[in-house]
Amino acid sequence: MAQQALLSPEAVIEEFNKNGVTHVVYLPDSETNWMYQLMEADPTLDLIPVSREGESIAIAAGIIAGGKKPVVLIQNTGMFESGDSIRGLAQDCQIPVVMLIGYRGWTRHGPTPDSAARLTEPTLRAWNVPYYLVEHDGDADRISAAFEQAASTSGPIAVLVGDEYHGFNR
Amino acid sequence: MINQMDLMAVVEKHRDNGVVVPTMTGSRGWNEVSNNKDRDIPIGGAMGKASSFALGLALAQPDVKVIVFDGDGSLLMNLGTLVTIAEKSPKNLYHFVLENGVYAVTGGQPIPGANKLSFAGMAREAGYAAAFEFDDLEDFASRADEVLEVEGPVFICFKTTPEVQNEPIGLRPASGLKPTRVAIKDTMASLGV
Repeated sequence: MAQQALLSPEAVIEEFNKNGVTHVVYLPDSETNWMYQLMEADPTLDLIPVSREGESIAIAAGIIAGGKKPVVLIQNTGMFESGDSIRGLAQDCQIPVVMLIGYRGWTRHGPTPDSAARLTEPTLRAWNVPYYLVEHDGDADRISAAFEQAASTSGPIAVLVGDEYHGFNR
Repeated sequence: MINQMDLMAVVEKHRDNGVVVPTMTGSRGWNEVSNNKDRDIPIGGAMGKASSFALGLALAQPDVKVIVFDGDGSLLMNLGTLVTIAEKSPKNLYHFVLENGVYAVTGGQPIPGANKLSFAGMAREAGYAAAFEFDDLEDFASRADEVLEVEGPVFICFKTTPEVQNEPIGLRPASGLKPTRVAIKDTMASLGV
């Protein structure tokens, strides 16, 4: 039996639309194909695939400098690789970039064997990047909260997508 | 070999009200020749990512020419950018690389691949609309109009003379550059966004 989607890609894209997102800068993670298909079908979203995640923060910064509204969509593994861009551009230059980060390995239940999951939140705290956890559709409005906080603080905000292994494929 | 400052003086005449994104040694040089500092964004942090920033800007402002002055060592830190740029292929992006073969700001150590690799060749094969290489300023100056009218993304590699900085950081003269966050705000105001 197919597992019920906890966070639907439609709810995420609705949040993008509500916040006036124009560009999605992304590198697919292992479970986001259905979301990718929906984004591609949305004429208001320009998709920018990157070769490596660190580029995504700098591209998003350039889009903001050009007056448009990007969102970054990467996995936590790629977030670790993006550290210098998050620090040297988003933090130092006060760029209000929102990063949706697939929380690989995260679980509420039992042990967390995946170091990607164990180190995600300690790393964000060390980098002084505020973050929200989104697990299901009821949390989706935290994405709007992240956009508002990014704008009011002029800095990067992370949204950890805890449902990475459930609702994003079909 | 091309003198960086002479090159930049030629480019300034052809910037066409475009936004210029220099990095590393290019930032200081460009700051001396630029006649429109409200549209200059020197990128110092996020090493190697000036071209990525320029890509985002070019996509957000498709009617504005965007010129990035990358370094060879900087480009090596972010080679995937060639493929990412070629994939989106913004017609208004001009990717200049100052190839001096060394890490000039750290004392002149050679970059990996110095005198072996072809940056223009890599850009061409990655899928840029056009790729040029110049080692003589007169050649470029006589073709600058043509090169900067080609539909982008255009890659232009210049073989430049290294201007090595070898003093301890604390003894070097202040760069006089605007902080990037201020440069971004000034450019946004100039673009009316």
